[in-house]
Amino acid sequence: MTEQPQEPEYDEDETYQLRLFITGASPNSTRAILNLKEICNQFLKDHYELEIIDVHQQPLIAQAEQIIALPMLIKKGPGAERRLIGDMSDREKVLRGLGLS
Amino acid sequence: MSTAPKKSKSAPHYPTLPKAKTGITGLDEITGGGLPLGRPSLICGEAGCGKTLMSLEFLVRGAIQFNEPGVFMAFEEKASELTMNVASLGFDLDKLQAEKKVKLDYVHIDRSEIEETGEYNLEGLFIRLNYAIDSIKAKRVVLDTLENLFSGLTNQAILRAELRRLFQWLKDKGVTTIITGEKGDGNALTRQGLEEYVSDCVILLDHRVINQISTRRLRIVKYRGSVHGTNEYPFLIDEEGISVLPITSLGLEKEVSSDRISSGIPAMDAMLGGKGFFKGSSILVSGTAGTGKTSIAAYFANEACNRKEKCIYFAFEESPKQIIRNMHSIDVDLQKHIDKGLLQFHASRPTLHGLEMHLVAIYKIIKKFKPRVVVLDPITNLITVGSVSEVKSMLIRLIDFLQEEQITVMFTALTLNNIVNEQTDEGVSSLVDAWILVRDIEFNGERNRGMYIMKSRGMKHSNQVREFIITDKGLDLVEVYLGPEGVLTGSAREAQKLQEQTGEVLRDFALSSKDRELIRKRKVLEAKISNLQMEFESAEEELNKMYQQEQLIKQATQNARDEITNRRRGEQPVKKGGKK
Repeated sequence: MTEQPQEPEYDEDETYQLRLFITGASPNSTRAILNLKEICNQFLKDHYELEIIDVHQQPLIAQAEQIIALPMLIKKGPGAERRLIGDMSDREKVLRGLGLS
Repeated sequence: MSTAPKKSKSAPHYPTLPKAKTGITGLDEITGGGLPLGRPSLICGEAGCGKTLMSLEFLVRGAIQFNEPGVFMAFEEKASELTMNVASLGFDLDKLQAEKKVKLDYVHIDRSEIEETGEYNLEGLFIRLNYAIDSIKAKRVVLDTLENLFSGLTNQAILRAELRRLFQWLKDKGVTTIITGEKGDGNALTRQGLEEYVSDCVILLDHRVINQISTRRLRIVKYRGSVHGTNEYPFLIDEEGISVLPITSLGLEKEVSSDRISSGIPAMDAMLGGKGFFKGSSILVSGTAGTGKTSIAAYFANEACNRKEKCIYFAFEESPKQIIRNMHSIDVDLQKHIDKGLLQFHASRPTLHGLEMHLVAIYKIIKKFKPRVVVLDPITNLITVGSVSEVKSMLIRLIDFLQEEQITVMFTALTLNNIVNEQTDEGVSSLVDAWILVRDIEFNGERNRGMYIMKSRGMKHSNQVREFIITDKGLDLVEVYLGPEGVLTGSAREAQKLQEQTGEVLRDFALSSKDRELIRKRKVLEAKISNLQMEFESAEEELNKMYQQEQLIKQATQNARDEITNRRRGEQPVKKGGKK
């Protein structure tokens, strides 16, 4: 299921800008970080910038980014902005959300 | 059996349940002091029934009146939209936000933008809320249509668990919260069953259209640990926000006054024991069309203004200008009282809104203007928007309210027939303190107005029918003519009066001629008497004369005889002694 043809469908020139919002060291957050890093390493290699933000530390950002559910990943680019919530354990949905599938 | 003593034991604790005043007119009365302090309450109802507005008013009033800042989390409308929507109610949310009294936070969730990829929670919402609360030290929180979360997120299990956590968290935080929820299908109060999480206080709003007239109503479905009004209460949204009209709280323990106020018509006051109506009483003026009910009401209002008392005139039939013009014709100038601010007119068609709304509107206007006298002209028209029993119950509440406020009220009512029927007048006749009936008296080819007092509680009043006349000088009452031909009014009365006057003159004349005849007779009699007396005198004189003659003759005869005797004896006639 891992190395299959869906792999390089992204634009080589684009850099994926990802922001992951988490809440401290909660189980969901840690799982989300691990899952996301795995996916990124596998599918995006060096074409991504991942910013991990602890909302507890920056509560103002929650309002600015319309955050309700956590953990949440925002894909700022390329293409339309997408939001993914959850611990990123559903790999297919994550890939679909990032436009990689 | 076991519950009964428990209840009575815990009863004394009920009033001690701390409450947060809403500041919404009437709502605090129904809830016995406001919403449960530091606990979540649910306001539910259909779309457009005023949930958002009520919760926002709770927040704004809290911030302005009770110095309790509040956070408004909107899941439906954007902050700018909200600000605009409530600006019409006089709430300046921008200013309140700048003063850190209110904080608006718009939560946007769109399912199409969100992909769920596994376990999550609503910590983001908690953090936002927490930050908002702490930043302005909020005491009140509104979550407007929290159920929108369910449309944005799919995992019900997580949502429900998180909502439960949210409400617990809000309680721990000690903020008084209002959650609004859309009414669900069937009997469900909310679509997602929010009531199961918010169990302290549930308020149901309703927007019903009956006979094409819509009325908003409010009912407290549940209020744990507190007594509360259980009825449906109408409420009104106008330019000053929401007002709820509590009606059940009214008992029959109002103060009464024994002061009297004049009706403006001296003759009517005279019929009412000479002093007029009781202050704070209710007066019903009923009568058929065109009998002058409005004139009586206008007189009453005019008199109140002349006493420098404030008065409100609710007109359901004529426009204020019309009334003012018409009253000029009977020499009543209402305009000058309006200019002085003593008199207010409120004209509205009964069909403008439902009965309850009329009541709330009247209630509000009275609360604001604080009049001493109120006129409702006519109450009969209200029947077009409700059944007789509804109108009656509305009027009961109105009368109760007015008596509580010690306001004297005059209703006018149109009766449709000339037969005095106890059931007419929307059944208020048993409620009012005084009932004046103006009726037509049709007689002799003309129509006149008769007036009498059907009842007047607690005072001596005339039982007479008076004729009620309207002239360009004003209103007056005159006594009707009660004669062998019955009650006469109008020209018949005048004619009868005239007839009586002629009769009097004639009688006077007859009397004086009889007098004169008597005098004449007496004169004749006196003349006769003097005649007779004279006759008698002459007869007496005659008699006397004869008697004297007799005496003289006798004497002469005696003398002659003596002479003769003396001559015979030859003696001198000097010896007279011999005669003896």
